[in-house]
Amino acid sequence: MANTLSEKIWERHVVRRAPGEPDLLYIDLHLVHEVTSPQAFEGLRLLKRRVHRPDLTLATMDHNVPTNDEPPEPISARQIEAMARNAREFGIRCFPMGSPDQGIVHVISPQLGLTQPGMTIVCGDSHTSTHGALGALAWGIGTSEIEHVLATQTIAQARPGTMAVTVDGALPADCAAKDVILAIIARIGTSGGVGKVIEYRGSTIRALAMEGRLTISNMSIEAGARAGIVGPDDITFAWLEGRPYAPKGPLWERALEDWRSLATDPDARFDRDVAIDATGLRPYVTWGTNPAQSVTIEDRVPDPDALPADARETARRALAYQDLRPGTPVRDIAIDAVFIGSCANARLDDLRAAADVLQGRRVKPGIRALAVPGSMRVKADAERMGLDRVFIDAGFEWREAGCSMCLGMNPDILRPGERCASTSNRNFEGRQGPGGRTHLVSPAVAAATAIAGHFALPSDLR
Amino acid sequence: MEPVRRIAGRALPLARADVDTDQIIPSHWLKRLERTGYADGLFEAWRRDPAFVLNDDRYRGAVILLAGANFGSGSSREHAVWALMESGFRAVIAPRVADIFKNNALRNGLVPVELDNATVGRLVDAVRADPATQIAVDVERRTVEAPGVRASFEIDDFARTRLLEGLDDIALTLRHEAEIAAYEAKRADWLPRVR
Repeated sequence: MANTLSEKIWERHVVRRAPGEPDLLYIDLHLVHEVTSPQAFEGLRLLKRRVHRPDLTLATMDHNVPTNDEPPEPISARQIEAMARNAREFGIRCFPMGSPDQGIVHVISPQLGLTQPGMTIVCGDSHTSTHGALGALAWGIGTSEIEHVLATQTIAQARPGTMAVTVDGALPADCAAKDVILAIIARIGTSGGVGKVIEYRGSTIRALAMEGRLTISNMSIEAGARAGIVGPDDITFAWLEGRPYAPKGPLWERALEDWRSLATDPDARFDRDVAIDATGLRPYVTWGTNPAQSVTIEDRVPDPDALPADARETARRALAYQDLRPGTPVRDIAIDAVFIGSCANARLDDLRAAADVLQGRRVKPGIRALAVPGSMRVKADAERMGLDRVFIDAGFEWREAGCSMCLGMNPDILRPGERCASTSNRNFEGRQGPGGRTHLVSPAVAAATAIAGHFALPSDLR
Repeated sequence: MEPVRRIAGRALPLARADVDTDQIIPSHWLKRLERTGYADGLFEAWRRDPAFVLNDDRYRGAVILLAGANFGSGSSREHAVWALMESGFRAVIAPRVADIFKNNALRNGLVPVELDNATVGRLVDAVRADPATQIAVDVERRTVEAPGVRASFEIDDFARTRLLEGLDDIALTLRHEAEIAAYEAKRADWLPRVR
């Protein structure tokens, strides 16, 4: 029978299948961070349970950590200390604050070569879908499921459906992976992928570097999908070869042979197919409070009355929260802050794309601009290339690694009413701080917007 | 987890679509180390508006939340489920419930009930017309009943049994230790180990 890639990976991981029960799946890698795990470890302690496979479990600290040289706030410090203590007690490797390997969990695992094709990966974070970019089946779980995976290295899950999103054609100038995924979400909506694994296919996806694929897979959850996945190819293998946890020598050869077999069969059927023509894309800017509420930078803020009936009420509420008037050209919207960071867009390629725009320019006076590398390794690599100087000379703050202003759990937050051009993945109400207003964009558009003071393309700048 | 067979009582007509878990409980509440202490964080930002439905005394004591499509989207935070349960809710009825939220809800005994738009709309209308309207969610029979409304919902057999019996998932899985060990014995040798 013909199968899709995600179905093949699923089948390989079935530990137990019984009528009337969801499959029990084996988990190859469990990523843990300080915010969603303390209650899971406490649960293990209460019942005197152990972590079944500490060698398949990796912890770091990312959500809560300060990204400047201030110490963590006391309540955050408590959670950071609990992570360190739990890792020690249960024998789990942890990359704590200050470690050269610390960073956003979805940035460090691919970077270390831990994320590999064909694996199952879970983490108590919805953006675990990121890892699908390397051909892994990866999804976010809650704290009860974290406890279950810690105790058993398995998870009982209902089998997801399948969906193909095929993107073909060359990306126009000024467009990036971020614009591709925002276009996809605008098309299928915030629940377009519910219950399904989205496989990203087509020539546009194939032409993207790994960083771009990670951006796209990262935001699968914003379309409601269980996971996103990209079939592994030579770009995947080249990215992995030589990384610290990638197989070496004869193991590499055997792994490679297996990975090359990991593809959707030509005659496999998906439950749903969506096709996108990349050649017509323009850079996207979200105007609302969910990631599907977006238009291109050439457009205007929509009139809720002109939207489909079921989208009007949500749009009205979003425009009121965002303090935007229908009909306003997107380029006329002035911003107060710019955030370049997050597991969507804080890898080396993302920082380079922003730095290319910032080189020799200055951020418009009055605008607060933050660059937060996704990991300490990304930071070190960027500094070796001199990107830190470009950001600093342009007027950006150059920070340590962490989730930072993506979700406002550390002191990096917007003030009420502040408007931010952000490379993160969520524009929910209050996401970047209570009362803050978020507009999602690509790194290049964020950089150009920081210079112009309003939404702008690199090609708009003189 | 306590067994859950039937939930009956008043309902709160939230009736908004795309309610993400950041709205259900904002991120600064996630710094706690415990499973409790989240009730005051429930819909914290929206609650500041005196007209927000959660502030309406007529719905005090509601055990069922009536929501719009795609309820619980976004972040995987189980704290959203804990905050709802600590505030007295035992079921969420919506045209669609987001995947991770649904899993989290089932693991805690909060019953996620998906009904079509029109039926949820009728329940909302009934509760708005008379806040004392009683709604009953029957897990065993997979039904929702209210005056003038009778609907069935889907829940897979395994999830239903777990709710009805209040089973501990981990204990259930640990019964299959031999199968887990057998699987582990045949995993590919190139797969990474963290330590």
